[in-house]
Amino acid sequence: MSPRVLRTEDWTAPVPPVKREVLSALPHPDDGRPPLLFVPGLGHAAWSFREHWLGHAATRGFPAYAISPRERGTLRAYVHDVVQAAAGLPRQTVLIGHGFGALVVAHALARYPARAAVLSAPLLNGWAAVGAALRANPAGALPGLLGRPVRLSGPQLGLADTARVAGVPARLCRELIMAPDPGEPVGAPPTLVLGSPDDRVVTRRALDAAAARYGGAPLLFPGMGHDLMLAPGWEEPIDAVLDWLLKELPS
Amino acid sequence: MQDTPDIADRHDAVCVIGAGASGLATVKNLREQGFSVDCYERETSVGGAWNWRHDRSPVYASMHLVSSRPLTEFPDFPMPDDWPDYPHHTRLLTYLERYADHFGLRDSIWFGTEVVAVTPAGDGRWEVTTRSTGGGAERVQRYAAVVAANGHNWAPKPLSVDTSGFRGKVMHASAFKDPAQLRGRRVLVVGGGNSGCDIAVEAAQQAETVWHSTRRGYWYAPKYLFGRPLDQMLLHWRLPQWLYERVLRLAVGDLTRFGLPAPDHRPYESHPVVNSQLAYYLGHGRITAVGDVARMEGSTVELADGRRIDPDLVVTATGYLPHFGFLAPELLDMDEDGRPDLHLHTFARKHPTLAVVGLVQSDAGLFPLAHWQSVAVARWLRLRLTDPDRAAAVQQKESSRPLRSWTRLKVVPSSRHWFEVGHLSYLRAVQGLLDEMEPAR
Ligand SMILES: Cc1cc2nc3c(=O)[nH]c(=O)nc-3n(C[C@H](O)[C@H](O)[C@H](O)COP(=O)(O)OP(=O)(O)OC[C@H]3O[C@@H](n4cnc5c(N)ncnc54)[C@H](O)[C@@H]3O)c2cc1C
Ligand SMILES: NC(=O)c1ccc[n+]([C@@H]2O[C@H](COP(=O)([O-])OP(=O)(O)OC[C@H]3O[C@@H](n4cnc5c(N)ncnc54)[C@H](OP(=O)(O)O)[C@@H]3O)[C@@H](O)[C@H]2O)c1
Repeated sequence: MSPRVLRTEDWTAPVPPVKREVLSALPHPDDGRPPLLFVPGLGHAAWSFREHWLGHAATRGFPAYAISPRERGTLRAYVHDVVQAAAGLPRQTVLIGHGFGALVVAHALARYPARAAVLSAPLLNGWAAVGAALRANPAGALPGLLGRPVRLSGPQLGLADTARVAGVPARLCRELIMAPDPGEPVGAPPTLVLGSPDDRVVTRRALDAAAARYGGAPLLFPGMGHDLMLAPGWEEPIDAVLDWLLKELPS
Repeated sequence: MQDTPDIADRHDAVCVIGAGASGLATVKNLREQGFSVDCYERETSVGGAWNWRHDRSPVYASMHLVSSRPLTEFPDFPMPDDWPDYPHHTRLLTYLERYADHFGLRDSIWFGTEVVAVTPAGDGRWEVTTRSTGGGAERVQRYAAVVAANGHNWAPKPLSVDTSGFRGKVMHASAFKDPAQLRGRRVLVVGGGNSGCDIAVEAAQQAETVWHSTRRGYWYAPKYLFGRPLDQMLLHWRLPQWLYERVLRLAVGDLTRFGLPAPDHRPYESHPVVNSQLAYYLGHGRITAVGDVARMEGSTVELADGRRIDPDLVVTATGYLPHFGFLAPELLDMDEDGRPDLHLHTFARKHPTLAVVGLVQSDAGLFPLAHWQSVAVARWLRLRLTDPDRAAAVQQKESSRPLRSWTRLKVVPSSRHWFEVGHLSYLRAVQGLLDEMEPAR
């Protein structure tokens, strides 16, 4: 597939600007490693990366940023915000999306030539996600069918405490299901897919399919739930990502 | 100069000439396709025309874009979305500097180095002669391909009348920088393009008296239609010609009332002039519209209708001529006026490893076109290496692409419209080429 040249919607109905929340942790000294931009999933925001991953990436020499989704956003607006934030950083940026954030990143990759991409527990296939949610947490997922916010549970995410996880508007769940194909990434960035075989939001099959699309096998972290960045053992996946980046992007 | 300078072979590397918007995009997109690139820039920094610090820059202090932000930015590196619809020119320079830093392009650029000659070395390769702008010896290097992104707004078009006997000051728009140059003077601005209209408006606010000379009537479009930038609205509506004419007649009204000639063509048939203030200052009597200049002698300028006026400063906003001093005209199939004949205004017809990026003019911004041109060039050069048979097939197919599908054929008969294209139809053609080059799945 060649890149899409005609982008009438972007030209004639640009996404309205908002003030974006971007949290960061920066290394001292900065040795010029590529910046990382973390994109959170449904019900989460930049805080979910500030807990552990941002600081950890910075101590390993990577300028690390995390963006919060805008209020009442759409997939298109989220993609716009990620591309805006990435282009606003001083160097070509690595995009790291988690869950629904990985779908946002997949779309952003067709717009912005990322230095590399990481899709963590990617929620790329809406129907598979609906099936998994209904199996794992029917009481939380069913309201979605009635147009009410969907709630994610502790066992589903692999967390003991879900107080900070927000309900997911049904509108966004619909967008996840109806999302068009993200298209081919521009600039052919190296891409890593990772997840847990015990994730109850993204099934093992969905994980394999995502990895196959981006040309590889997923990197697996058994025993962890969906929220790799918050669950106990969060060091292991982020270290694996940073090791992979150091190998892929020799300076 | 040495008679037989040592020729350094740069093997598969590609040479890019110029580090303006077009050159920067070309460097980035070639590198994305895995090429090593040497870019030569005669100035000491990036930005080209938008770098108003360069003496030669055609940009003046008050200049804002005529094309709106979403239609001017690079498609893969948007401008900040909190910038205005029509950013000031200094922001464009910041943007290009950030683009160069973001993608680490400066590593590939040799500043202060001018390309003085590009000659075929046989077998599709090129010998590129460069010279440091500070002087010194020439250097010749051999490249697998050359992409000229040297810009086309550097060589001022001379006025057709003799100005030698005129006592006032005559300067081309490219030498106009600062409103102070107009303050308190009696100014005649010649030319009805965007430069001419901008400078006339500027003069209306600074000068004592202002005449604006145009040799035909134009459709002066406003920067906003119904509260939205003009180019966005036009792409949104895709108005047929007759309807656009109606809209302009309604929104702008009849300008012949102010002494401007009626347009001798229909909308879309000349490069858009986008200026909401010209009519305003004509209506306030700050600008007097006059016809073509016939003679300039002593302190008088005689107009085609016999009227005489007495400006002490004449700004000729007559536009620019393309200039490729470093290339023999036949390599780009140039006509006698130096205008190249290129496929998609990009690919040299007889030299598959020679291309030009940025040599187009459209009804929207240039950067998106230059970006996709350079993507097409980079993918074309890559395809020639990886799959010569397919490359030959693509070339064959492209040679039958009808001219009218990508170039605007119906334009007012003025020499400046030879490279005028419509944003949509042109990009559609480039998309077609990109699709053809895609490996079959
Ligand atoms: C007054 C004015 C206003 C404009 N407004 C708009 C607008 O609103 N929107 C828009 O999209 N476009 C506008 N343009 C068009 C503008 O030209 C393009 O936006 C853009 O700057 C063109 O970029 P470029 O890289 O093709 O050429 P340039 O910016 O001209 O860059 C060419 C570079 O090549 C270098 N170079 C040339 N020859 C050599 C050589 N032999 N060796 C080494 N280096 C060389 C030059 O120094 C220069 O840096 C405007 C132009 C003018 C004159
Ligand atoms: N604010 C902005 O962003 C901005 C500002 C300025 C320029 N630009 C862009 O820069 C490019 C160049 O614009 P430009 O205005 O400098 O040049 P231009 O578009 O080529 O316009 C030149 C004008 O001068 C007239 N002219 C040419 N030769 C003449 C002669 N010998 N005698 C009398 N009149 C003559 C032309 O008339 P004919 O119609 O008969 O040819 C035309 O009206 C364009 O792409 C333009 O859009 C943008």
